Amino acid sequence: MARRGEPVSSVPTTAAVPLWMVAELTYRCPLHCPFCSNPVDFAKIKSELSTAEWCRIFAEARALGAVQLGLTGGEPLSRPDLEELVAEAHRLGFYTNLITSGVGLNETRMRALKDAGLDHVQLSFQDSTRELNDFLSSTRTFNLKRRVATLIKDHGFPMVMNCVIHRLNIDHVDRIIDLALEIGAEYLELANTQFYGWADLNRSQLLPTREQLERSEAVVAGYRQRIGNRLRILYVISDLYETRPKRCMNGWGTTFMVIAPDGLVMPCHAARMLPGINLPSARDASLREIWLDSPAFNRFRGDQWMPEPCRSCPEKGKDLGGCRCQAFLLTGDVGATDPVCDKSPLHARVLEIVNGPRPPRPEIERPLVFRTPENSEQLLATMTES
Amino acid sequence: MADPTPWSRASYPRIARLYRFQWEAAQNAYVLLFPEGMVQLNVAAGEILRRCDGKRSAGEIIADLRAAFQSDAIDGDVEAFLRSATQDGWVEWRDAVSP
Repeated sequence: MARRGEPVSSVPTTAAVPLWMVAELTYRCPLHCPFCSNPVDFAKIKSELSTAEWCRIFAEARALGAVQLGLTGGEPLSRPDLEELVAEAHRLGFYTNLITSGVGLNETRMRALKDAGLDHVQLSFQDSTRELNDFLSSTRTFNLKRRVATLIKDHGFPMVMNCVIHRLNIDHVDRIIDLALEIGAEYLELANTQFYGWADLNRSQLLPTREQLERSEAVVAGYRQRIGNRLRILYVISDLYETRPKRCMNGWGTTFMVIAPDGLVMPCHAARMLPGINLPSARDASLREIWLDSPAFNRFRGDQWMPEPCRSCPEKGKDLGGCRCQAFLLTGDVGATDPVCDKSPLHARVLEIVNGPRPPRPEIERPLVFRTPENSEQLLATMTES
Repeated sequence: MADPTPWSRASYPRIARLYRFQWEAAQNAYVLLFPEGMVQLNVAAGEILRRCDGKRSAGEIIADLRAAFQSDAIDGDVEAFLRSATQDGWVEWRDAVSP
């Protein structure tokens, strides 16, 4: 008799099933974080899916085999029908994850979400200090987040604390872990900023130095030894410091499906900006057709699309050519080898970025571009001009 | 690592609070779901965990599996699985039937 189940992430996907569906319910958000993964031109997206449309999408995804549902945004609590959506997703058999800033989560809504069958809450902090948390989110939300954490635990939810890590808070990693322990989180995601969208606009201010990164890795390793399983720490470093690319989204069109607020179906959060990829909409076609037959989802499946050096590389099955969005942002070519790989002919561009000179106080030398509807409108105008 | 909780064949295992156990037709397998993650279980693991309902003791589960699979040679495998599942935090134990 075999002893163990196998974690899904470690086995190659034979029959592709979109196990993980992320529903970006809205791009409305009270926070304005300068590393947000939403598209920079989000202000142009006005027409959100209705409750009924979301419910149909959930049912279609479930029929395809989706089992994890991430409810995110923007701030998903900005949708007054969140409780209704959770109840329907729960009824369909999804494991439901609420990914939130905590803003808008009070006792009444928390209880309603519990009754609706919500399984887990991921709460974001921007830092362990009130000052930096509130600066980065451009809101006074640190104390509120602390209260929401208590509420989440009082209602018996498993809690993941998430903190996006970058040059301005990476030296606080020890205090961020202390905060996670203090609020009783079961998991802590320390996710180093990946440079797409808003984060890409702010790269020179947000990219940590190699010394910072190495120090923080040592701190995390020390904590892991001391605290064991009480808090599981997931520490993801920025791709730019790697020499092999990540297996992005576990492979394009293999595991993940992201639905944008307007119904666009994407293989990853950032795919909307990729040129030449005609993303299908759940308003026009069923998820089954989109997942199985759309040119967008088939574009980077398998290895036929790969250029050299990937095509003949013995490691191509491991990283599947890396991240398409990163390849596009750094090379201008969606189909290029991810230049994070040191076998890429363009790897020097990555080294230039990580080894290049940095201003001593980046947030003062060059102000951060915050994720606001106004900034989005302005960027949109610039994009249309050019 | 030692078992976090000592247990015997007289104790009652059940799926731990942080996990949800369910059948997934699309995968033709039982799965354990937890925050933003999933473990796909093989047939044996699924058959054992399916019986960890807090109402049956480990001894009763083993007896049941012996009957279901018509084999007397599974005790060690089931106990080894329950040990590792306990270490992974998938299974919690009670000394008596849970209310």
